[in-house]
Amino acid sequence: MTNQIDSRFGFWRGTFYLLLGVGLVLTVMRFTQGLGSVTNLSDRYPWGLWVGFDLLCGVGLAAGGFVLTATVYIFNIQRFKPVVRPAVLTAFLGYVMVVTALLFDLGKPWNIWHPIVMGNPTSVMFEVALCVMSYTAVLALEFSGMVFERIGWKRAWKVQKAVTVPLVIFGVVLSTFHQSSLGTLYLIVPGKLHALWYTPVLPIVFFVSSAMVGLAMVIVESHLSARAFGRQLEMPLLSDLGRVLVGVLGVYLVLRVFDLAYRGVIGQAFGLTYEALLFQLEFAVGILVPFALLSFPKVRANSHGLYGSALLVVLGFICHRLNVSITGFEGAQGGRYIPSLGEALITLMMIAIGFAAFRFCVRTFNVYPEEAHEPVLAPVRVAAEVPAAVLGRAQR
Amino acid sequence: MSSKEPTGLLFDMVECVGCRNCVKACMESHGFAGDPEGATTLSATCYTTMVVEDDYPIRNMCRHCVQPSCQSVCPVGALKRTEEGPVVYDASKCIGCRYCMVACPFNIPRYEWDKAVPAVRKCDMCIDRQREGRKPACAEACPKGATVFGTRKELLAEAWKRIKKSPRDYYPHVYGEHELGGTSVLFLAPHEVASLGYKAALGNEPLPKLTWQVLSKLPGVGVVSAATLMAIWWITRRRDEVALAEGRVGGNGRARHEERN
Repeated sequence: MTNQIDSRFGFWRGTFYLLLGVGLVLTVMRFTQGLGSVTNLSDRYPWGLWVGFDLLCGVGLAAGGFVLTATVYIFNIQRFKPVVRPAVLTAFLGYVMVVTALLFDLGKPWNIWHPIVMGNPTSVMFEVALCVMSYTAVLALEFSGMVFERIGWKRAWKVQKAVTVPLVIFGVVLSTFHQSSLGTLYLIVPGKLHALWYTPVLPIVFFVSSAMVGLAMVIVESHLSARAFGRQLEMPLLSDLGRVLVGVLGVYLVLRVFDLAYRGVIGQAFGLTYEALLFQLEFAVGILVPFALLSFPKVRANSHGLYGSALLVVLGFICHRLNVSITGFEGAQGGRYIPSLGEALITLMMIAIGFAAFRFCVRTFNVYPEEAHEPVLAPVRVAAEVPAAVLGRAQR
Repeated sequence: MSSKEPTGLLFDMVECVGCRNCVKACMESHGFAGDPEGATTLSATCYTTMVVEDDYPIRNMCRHCVQPSCQSVCPVGALKRTEEGPVVYDASKCIGCRYCMVACPFNIPRYEWDKAVPAVRKCDMCIDRQREGRKPACAEACPKGATVFGTRKELLAEAWKRIKKSPRDYYPHVYGEHELGGTSVLFLAPHEVASLGYKAALGNEPLPKLTWQVLSKLPGVGVVSAATLMAIWWITRRRDEVALAEGRVGGNGRARHEERN
């Protein structure tokens, strides 16, 4: 058993270092020879995987932070408290990763502060930039409580406690803004984005789906960390989240279907075109199947059923964002955009570092309040353990 | 100078003989080494092209929209429509988000994908020459009056004059007069030409309106949602306080004052 785990750790540690090494080389290439040297971006497809996945999905997948803090601190539903800290941590790390990915994607990342002093108020991108910057700061402050607690700064910890509610309100407002604004970004391209995805209600579609995937991510992440850290699952709590999730899924389903019908393009969804097939994939995987599954209380009460359904919601969400940012443009722009190996590897490196950082924080801070603490491991060792811990069921 | 009418360019497909002097002049004036004959797609070193479609030459270049999408979407105001008319780019402001390229309805802006310090590249209607009182290079080089420089007003009058003078030769429409709120580069065609990129379905309203409709509502949404959240917070907390005072515990589990975390 121990040998098995060790060899698996060795494998994942190797993979992690390989990703890091290759990623470093690619990073040097990207910053010395331009975006064209590592990406498949082009004048026809100026936005690719890094915008479609790292930015659009990254921000959405981190939505659990604002959903859960609002639930507990504003709606005062205290029983969800045990999952607030992991949700805030995920959100914080998620936003840090989004900003890091932006540094790769922006042509001149050293000018990233320009929107603060040169802001153009008609630009959705300007609004998104300000919101993401502010919300990352809010998340850092929300997360700081765990740090103060760990290092024993009592006064700072008390101050942080005292400002939690205003901070949460500010964070929820900021999230409402930029989660929806990521959809508003695409309102200016009615001639380019396919009718299955272009709709005047894109901001609402983006906002509702972010709340939906935020809930799903809390469930997914609880399962993953239960496996990784050998914790007990808070099943009754997660089942409750599953019930809320099925409600939001229902709202989202009605919104999407009604919108397609109202604009008279619902027929296009049933074709066998490239767009229709990817739309069907997104709709079936991310909405219909999990909605049907989660409608059964039995599925919600079963840890595998709940986890599987939530994972489908996450995958369907990713599919939607990629459809809006890539698939939907291919008809108008001509040709196909497929991310290069370099783009994919840098994204993978970012995810790997994110996992490692999460693991490190869980080991270092009191993220799962009722848990007993294990000693802090060296970050490198932790980083290497993460994928194994996440994927390796055998460990339990 | 600044109170002058904004300028523009008129391209007349019917008059054009396809000599490509405009493309050549454009390349020369910007110092680009390229073959004008082979210039069929815009690039970071090619701001205008000429392709022949059904025996008629078509120029492609920045339309210099009256209400440009690129200006509206740029987070740092790197793209601006000047008082003189041309839409120009300031590389020192640019952060490289490339939203302008995504938003442009005519797919005009190009990027320097192979540079470590890249910039957006597109036609600037030779604004420097204009400020010296000269014509844009392409208009100056045209031997046939197919690419004409003037104020947008003059060019519209000229375009309609040409249509009325020989209605048989022209499709009775000036591309760019009204589409998307109007463009400073105008086109005359012998028949309907879809590849000019003016899509009837997009109408005559400027595209930036679509995002502004939503964006302009955000302050209101912010105030209302912040107030609503505060109200909800106050009510739910009050409910727990009352419950505690009456010796019960809040409906949602622990009362607030018992919290540990």
